[in-house]
Amino acid sequence: MDMLLNLVAGLGRGTLALIRAAGSLALFALEGLSHIVRPPFYGRVFLGAFLETGFFSLPVVALTALFSGGVIALQSYTGFAQYHVQSAIAGIVVLAVTRELGPVLAGLMVAGRVGAAMAAQIGTMRVTDQIDALTTLSTNPMKYLVAPRLLAGLIALPLLVLVADVLGVAGGFTVCVMKLGFSPNAYITSTLNSLKAIDVTVGLVKAALFGFLIALMGCYYGYNSKGGAEGVGSATTAAVVVASILLLAFDYLLTDLFFSQ
Amino acid sequence: MSANLPKIRIRDLHKSFGTKKVLDGVNLDVAQGTSFVIIGGSGSGKSVLLRCILGLIIPDSGTIEIDGENILTATDKRREALRGEIGMLFQNAALFDSLPVWENVTFGLLARKRLKRPQARDHAGSILAQVGLDPSVGDLYPSELSGGMQKRVGLARAIAATPDILFFDEPTTGLDPIMGAVIDGLIVDCVKKLGSTAIAITHDMASAQRIGDEAAMLYKGQLIWQGPASSLMHSGNAMVDQFTHGRREGPITMELRK
Repeated sequence: MDMLLNLVAGLGRGTLALIRAAGSLALFALEGLSHIVRPPFYGRVFLGAFLETGFFSLPVVALTALFSGGVIALQSYTGFAQYHVQSAIAGIVVLAVTRELGPVLAGLMVAGRVGAAMAAQIGTMRVTDQIDALTTLSTNPMKYLVAPRLLAGLIALPLLVLVADVLGVAGGFTVCVMKLGFSPNAYITSTLNSLKAIDVTVGLVKAALFGFLIALMGCYYGYNSKGGAEGVGSATTAAVVVASILLLAFDYLLTDLFFSQ
Repeated sequence: MSANLPKIRIRDLHKSFGTKKVLDGVNLDVAQGTSFVIIGGSGSGKSVLLRCILGLIIPDSGTIEIDGENILTATDKRREALRGEIGMLFQNAALFDSLPVWENVTFGLLARKRLKRPQARDHAGSILAQVGLDPSVGDLYPSELSGGMQKRVGLARAIAATPDILFFDEPTTGLDPIMGAVIDGLIVDCVKKLGSTAIAITHDMASAQRIGDEAAMLYKGQLIWQGPASSLMHSGNAMVDQFTHGRREGPITMELRK
């Protein structure tokens, strides 16, 4: 009986903690968003966060997209060649890249790169009293630290995904033309025929949501980190892990919403 | 407003974290223009008290008045304005490590638009000079400075907006005794020059006597003694004497296990 009670109590405690965490995250997100539209604006901080999230993520996102597009082409070829439908490969590559691989892989890369950096930076500011110092210097830390980063994530990731889309297709093109002997013209024509505005648009909508989620997790865990180096370390881990999982979950939900018939 | 209204007046301030009572009915009056030192052991609630006055921590009950105005019931806007009159030197300086020293020093002035960015670099130089630093230090980053220099920059940042009230959180902790004395000297100069009211928390007795006019001791969430800072070493209060002389035996027993 006691064991059963303990089990139920434990379950209840866990559920309550989860609800509390979700509530505080939602409040944090709303407050951050509200500061994006209310002055004063910190253009300099935004520019820094935007460059860090967008520009400096370009190499890693570009390489990821290039190799992923290539590997999709290679894998589809082994399957499709058996049925002599190699001509479908260009369409498969462009569909996979624009709908899923572009936003998801760019998102995961940026979560690892930028989400972690945001959590570590804001977390260190928290444990060294820099966030309190901001408050004493007439600066709202939510407005100064969080809002510009959320906006940067929201804007930078769709731009990165546009680049990833182009390079993913280029990766497929390179493998098909250089290795598998496809005609370049036929591949490009086939790609353009399969390219749909809705696929790209939904990919970009996903990217904006992912960018926001990544920045939100980085800021939230950093802002609430406690207890020195160890606290900042676990905040960084949590920011990346939770952002990655949420990103994949929302990817499924959005795909289900837009593409399931 | 009467002339003898205290600058800061705290009544029956309570704050608990979970089951731990950190402030348990603190009463405090700090007169305009005095330097008030609060001593007490680690974890006695000194920092929490300062953070309550700054509005960084919301107390459970009690009142905190600045110039007779209760800041706990003030509107957000008013509280922000009151906070603008307080300068704070944090324990480890808490300089913004992503910004150069000059931007750290003028951060509050830029935030309040009392200074334009193109003029900030030069203005920072004149404030740095007040704490005995060469204006060229302005171009360095906080990580390039020694602990003593960081404290000086922190002090420069705290006094930049010429605040009415200055808080010092363990200003000499982590510094060698000579540098500690230098920082204390700068603090006294700055407070005198600005005519500010100051509260310093410390457990460095030499520093407490150098900075303070008045002193009080915080123990278990209450102010158990108050008197002139010059009498700290011979207060006649058994607990204060044990603390100031650093005796192991006495009325204060360290709770090693919590």
